[in-house]
Amino acid sequence: MTPRRRRLILVLGIVVGVSIAGALALSAFRRNVTFFFDPTQVSAGQVPAGERFRLGGMVTQGSLHRAPGSLEVRFVVTDFNHDVPVRYTGVLPDLFREGAGVVAHGRLSGDGTFVADEVLAKHDEKYMPPEVARSLKRRHGDSRAEAVPATAGQGEGAAGAAPRAPTNAAAAPSAAGS
Amino acid sequence: MLPELGHFALILALLLAGLQAFFGIAGPALGRDRWSGAVTSAVAGQAVMIATAVACLVGCFVSEDFSVAYVAENSNSALPLFYRVTALWGAHEGSLLLWILLLAAWTVAVAFGSGRLPPRFAARVLGVLGVVSFGFLLFTLATSNPFLRLDPPAPDGRDLNPILQDPGLAVHPPILYTGYVGFAVAFAFACAAMLEGRLDQNWARWTRPWTTTAWSFLTCGIALGSFWAYYELGWGGFWFWDPVENASFMPWLVGTALIHSLAVTDKRGLFKSWTLLLAILAFSLSLLGTFLVRSGVLVSVHSFAADPTRGIFILTFLIIMIGGALTLYAWRAPLLRSSAGFELGARESFLLFNNVLLVIAAATVFAGTLAPLISDSLKLGTLSVGPPYFNPTFMLSMLPLLALLSVGIHANWKRGRLGDSQRALLQTFVAALVLGCGFAFGLYSHGKVLTPIGATLAVWIILSSLVDPIDRWRRGLTLSRAVLGMTVAHIGLALAVFALTAVQSFTIERDVALAPGGTTKVGDYEFRFEGVKPVEGPNYEAVAGTLTVTRHGVPVAVMVPQKRNFWVQHQVISETAIRMHRGNNLLLALGEDLGAGRWSVRIQIRPLVALIWIAAFIMAMGGALAASDRRYRTARALVTSSEGATAGQPG
Repeated sequence: MTPRRRRLILVLGIVVGVSIAGALALSAFRRNVTFFFDPTQVSAGQVPAGERFRLGGMVTQGSLHRAPGSLEVRFVVTDFNHDVPVRYTGVLPDLFREGAGVVAHGRLSGDGTFVADEVLAKHDEKYMPPEVARSLKRRHGDSRAEAVPATAGQGEGAAGAAPRAPTNAAAAPSAAGS
Repeated sequence: MLPELGHFALILALLLAGLQAFFGIAGPALGRDRWSGAVTSAVAGQAVMIATAVACLVGCFVSEDFSVAYVAENSNSALPLFYRVTALWGAHEGSLLLWILLLAAWTVAVAFGSGRLPPRFAARVLGVLGVVSFGFLLFTLATSNPFLRLDPPAPDGRDLNPILQDPGLAVHPPILYTGYVGFAVAFAFACAAMLEGRLDQNWARWTRPWTTTAWSFLTCGIALGSFWAYYELGWGGFWFWDPVENASFMPWLVGTALIHSLAVTDKRGLFKSWTLLLAILAFSLSLLGTFLVRSGVLVSVHSFAADPTRGIFILTFLIIMIGGALTLYAWRAPLLRSSAGFELGARESFLLFNNVLLVIAAATVFAGTLAPLISDSLKLGTLSVGPPYFNPTFMLSMLPLLALLSVGIHANWKRGRLGDSQRALLQTFVAALVLGCGFAFGLYSHGKVLTPIGATLAVWIILSSLVDPIDRWRRGLTLSRAVLGMTVAHIGLALAVFALTAVQSFTIERDVALAPGGTTKVGDYEFRFEGVKPVEGPNYEAVAGTLTVTRHGVPVAVMVPQKRNFWVQHQVISETAIRMHRGNNLLLALGEDLGAGRWSVRIQIRPLVALIWIAAFIMAMGGALAASDRRYRTARALVTSSEGATAGQPG
């Protein structure tokens, strides 16, 4: 083989390898991304049937119910327009609480209940997952999206002693709303 | 007084960084060697100023000066002294300061640790590092000054985020950042070589020990982060493919490619442009990592304070640095011809495959990390990409890489014949196949498709890596530290693959509800819940659950996971209990009071998970060993005495 042909084979091999890898990665990507939906979209039936997705919103105050001694828990996720009941079996994350933002992974069951296999509450000083903040902003405009994390934050926050630094006070609403 | 002093020191450091950049780059370009002499002084002065600034901020934290906004945000009078010091890098401003401090440390090491570099080249390297430092200092002073005062001062601080009140904060960020920042040195060497227009093998040889050292730190840093995420319940386990984790992993993948491609450029003078591009890419990904983590554009379980305006600054800086470096590359590209060739089965082609596969892996991680951002900005819907995407695509490039590694280390430079090694390779492969399958089917008797494959590849790498060293040792020949380091690092990689295979195949996770006195059996282990009792800490109160663990009736351990409620932020954090037993890592987390006297408990049993971190540490040790090889030091002496000597140096 001449050096030229050898190089050609090498380059061709790499190109073929890269394209196969690319194609496989793309198909893995198509099958394995999970989309985010808020309660309004779920109520409107925008979620493809049987698909696993992420549901995000606020946990409605007073909606948390548990049969005593059981791991199964029920609560309602809301975007203040529509509600979706959620069922989950397992240990809830540390930051899960009524009135705070939450994101749950799972599927819709036949009766319209969202059966979660994973519940995430973000470790963040604003207690507000960004995508939930964005969805609330879309539904209610800026005022609501800013008011909600602010009240949630104050309730749990620094008990009066909280010094709000100038930089952070300016950054907090914009970061939550972006 | 202290914060003003620190602020002033930072401003002086910025000026000195500017001088360092100017003299370092303009001096050699205009042929004024006396200008280059001023660079070292600027480096030293800048380092002193930055150290002063850091010391001032530490002073503010220790003396509980809540008139400083950053201290008031991240500390509290009830916070133990240890965390008051580590709180320095607990948030954005301080971690940037840490970045700058470490860059100054690397710069000092380059300035005073490589006296044998040609003076002009050294000045250029320091000049480029000055540009990087200038950018970051400007960024800190303009958008994230940690020394800003509060008026009026806060009566007390808001406390360090409770999840960060962990020994992990003391070690993980500094070591990870040391690795990140270290790629700036490789970047500076590449830029200096392009500025100089002398793109022979020398710059690659000079760069190698620095790049390998940075890579070793990054490896350690990632492993420490993975360990921390493993026992911190909210962070999704030892590897979650979270954007912040990926941000540190992409530079690691490209950095790994870089140290291999530098070997080819050093030894054979090939892959020159590719090596330059990788050096630029590795540092760009480090910068991008900072951007991703700090701008808040990506949803991450680890992201804390985030601010989009800072993101725009970093993005601009990123564009200037990468754009500048690539322009330089385009300008110098005509110089990059190399005439040497190699055969298909030669070591060069294996290293080429190594590079291609590692870069593909980095690209798939990159695509998965940025896809949510792109989809969101194009209004295609909010999506998230998780392990179901990352695991198979990553495996796709890693499996061939591991298979080629065993063969590649036996290949010769330039020539394509494997020769005598062919038999050794076949023997080791058969042995690996037997041991790997024995592990998968014998020891555990169940598993997944990938279990025997992963185990076989791992064992093959170990056996194959050992063939040459054992052979040389038998014949009474010595091994250079470079070869020894390479062998150690490859064995570390194999151990990590082995451990990951075991963890992925045999992990058991269960959430259970237990009443005091109740028991549950998970895997081979039996857990008996003894009940809960209150515990009080320095700045929290906790509920501690006691569980007695037995295996086939034999006592194993008493484990006490806690649920801590921190006073200042009223945040509840689970303190998991971990225990090693016969290679299995048991992890227990206390959930909540379920009523009716029962508590929820999360139980995880992961075999060999500790080996992942040990293996990463072994890899880092291998890197350190290779970087300390004498030939990098003597080679430099050789080169300065006869400048421009190139091809055919003895390896």
